[in-house]
Amino acid sequence: MASKAASAVMTDDVVFYLADEHDHAEGRSTMLGFWLYLMSDCLIFAVLFATYGVLGSNYAAGPSPRDLFDLPLVALNTTMLLLSSITYGFAMLTMVKGRVGQTQIWLAITGLFGLSFLSIELYEFAHLIHEGATPQRSAFLSSFFTLVGTHGLHVTFGIIWLVTLMVQVGRYGLIAANQRRLMCLSMFWHFLDVIWIGVFTFVYLMGMLR
Amino acid sequence: MSAETHADHGSHGHEDGQSHGTLKSYLIGFSLSVVLTAIPFWLVMTGALGDQQATALTIMGFAFAQIIVHMVFFLHMNAKSEGGWTMMALIFTLVLVVIALSGSLWVMYHLNANMMPMQDMSQMP
Repeated sequence: MASKAASAVMTDDVVFYLADEHDHAEGRSTMLGFWLYLMSDCLIFAVLFATYGVLGSNYAAGPSPRDLFDLPLVALNTTMLLLSSITYGFAMLTMVKGRVGQTQIWLAITGLFGLSFLSIELYEFAHLIHEGATPQRSAFLSSFFTLVGTHGLHVTFGIIWLVTLMVQVGRYGLIAANQRRLMCLSMFWHFLDVIWIGVFTFVYLMGMLR
Repeated sequence: MSAETHADHGSHGHEDGQSHGTLKSYLIGFSLSVVLTAIPFWLVMTGALGDQQATALTIMGFAFAQIIVHMVFFLHMNAKSEGGWTMMALIFTLVLVVIALSGSLWVMYHLNANMMPMQDMSQMP
């Protein structure tokens, strides 16, 4: 068998690779690649959730979730993120129709909802720290701030990206490259909303049940 | 709805079924999300179910349902996009997530339960 294969190689030039690379349209694999990035980001959050799950009940005689969390505030925060998700959806729909102005307006509204989400979260953090519930206070608070803070950082970078793309769209219009970028940000933005479902359920709501 | 998505594809020539969704699908997803978010908050804030264990299980169910809704209506997940590779990547990631979460919680719970308390350590010879 092996000798046969070897002789085949000897006799006629068998190639085991494609001599010419076939055409790849620009950005053809971007969406899949970005999806893979999101999946790896998902693993980061999985580890942070696991850390919170393990450490979340070690209060070190400090405050517990029930003492700290303000559910109406979290509900407001969740509303902001959910609204930003649907307005981004509208931005995508207007993008497909090629309407630059409307796309920009929806993107701006999305950014504003994202900013209000961040402001509410920062207000909550400042309030907690003011009450002495700092990340150093207990393992519960360390893991809480790490998990929720990482999500907040993602939203921050999402907003920076959003503003960058608004400038890009303003300068070059809805060219193919910008459409692709907007679709990547769309996936990123909706993905952050998915993570937030886990955060408000497992951290805030379950915390109030303990 | 599918006809609209198809027309969409033709005009834009996005390869491998990159779907943008439609106004209808976004609105359905949004309404479902609002309901699936409001009910857990209401359950916890009013304590309507009474039993904490039951409430916890219920809100986990709602979270799971909402994640599915977001995946389908906002992230446009389906088995066909990118030739099925997004779905494969998602399934692989979910397997890893389940292993990481359940493994950590399981191991650390038993570690906590089986560790000797500190005061007993000091009495050891």
